[in-house]
Amino acid sequence: MSDIQADITRQTRTGEAGFGDYVQLLKPRVMSLVVFTAMVGLLVAPVQLHPVETLAAVIFIALGGGASGALNMWWDADIDRVMKRTANRPIPSGAVASGEALGLGLALSGISVVMLGLATNWLAGGLLAFTIFFYAVIYTIWLKRSTPQNIVIGGAAGAFPPMIGWVAATGSFSLESVLMFALIFMWTPPHFWALALFMNSDYSKAKVPMLTVTHGRRVTRAHILVYTIALIPVALGAAFTSIGGPVYLGVALVLNTLFLIGAWRIWRRPEDAAEADKYAVEKRFFGLSLAYLFGHFAAFLVEATPFADSFAAWIGWGF
Amino acid sequence: MAFTREHDLHKRRWGRNAGLGLTLLAFVALVFGLTIAKVQRGDQMQGFDHTYQVERDPGARTGGAASQAAPEVSE
Repeated sequence: MSDIQADITRQTRTGEAGFGDYVQLLKPRVMSLVVFTAMVGLLVAPVQLHPVETLAAVIFIALGGGASGALNMWWDADIDRVMKRTANRPIPSGAVASGEALGLGLALSGISVVMLGLATNWLAGGLLAFTIFFYAVIYTIWLKRSTPQNIVIGGAAGAFPPMIGWVAATGSFSLESVLMFALIFMWTPPHFWALALFMNSDYSKAKVPMLTVTHGRRVTRAHILVYTIALIPVALGAAFTSIGGPVYLGVALVLNTLFLIGAWRIWRRPEDAAEADKYAVEKRFFGLSLAYLFGHFAAFLVEATPFADSFAAWIGWGF
Repeated sequence: MAFTREHDLHKRRWGRNAGLGLTLLAFVALVFGLTIAKVQRGDQMQGFDHTYQVERDPGARTGGAASQAAPEVSE
């Protein structure tokens, strides 16, 4: 009897997913980063939308990010099945059928783009459509399995949300929005390569050409250091624009110093030492990279408050 | 063993329906809120609503550029 019941359950598992399974398709952890950076883009812009419009813009940008996550999971179901980190995702686990993920991804893409266009402006809606296309087609379908530079170029998709937020508020691009984009774009490679260093076996099994797989760990460590050095002027440069200021500069100086030290340690480290302590330094650097991005965007937010203006005037900040 | 209402399938289905219902409600509330926000701001939407209404054109009251740029509209 219990065999029959187990059989029924297995056969009907697909198509009877719980609500949470569909939420998982939208990659809620990635979405939280999208929500935060898009919100910062909206709030630091010189034009302030109505609070309801701001809320709607954040929700629809996040929904667009979730849609591209569902499309990513639809296309990558075969390799997600192989990798330990992703084997429990809704499609490989059998909770959601592959076609359902595609349908959800496409439907949410359309809804989010149209609603963002209606709620704010069509330049923002178009930019969101481009971001979804970039992540789902350029990164997921094309680059991810064909080049070790996959995350360098694909990282652009994750860098667009603050720019979309800015465009939603102002209706145009500006140096500030490009700098917020560049900050995430340059931050992505060291962030993901640190992850790849301690998740290498997963990517090897799935035959994803991560830099660690194609060029080895030594080269990946060097790349982390080079990209970290290239990231620093972008992060510090933003301090001297309208979204920066002394508070941001202080935060950026501390975080970039710590980040550079972490990248330097990763570069200097021999592989046997990393294996001996189970990649403790690489895992710490990965954690620091999350704090790095959060810290910079939180500082942008602080700079948008009246307190920051008073502080800047008090110390005679001239930029 | 009976295939009872308490089966996990039913729980998942109920959760899915409840989740979708709440999501739709939130969507409706958001669109309603957006409508109110946009209507409250008003802009110039009635100044050129089918028939040109001079009393709703601030440019016409001040003799500014808005009134000069307004097209001649006849019924």
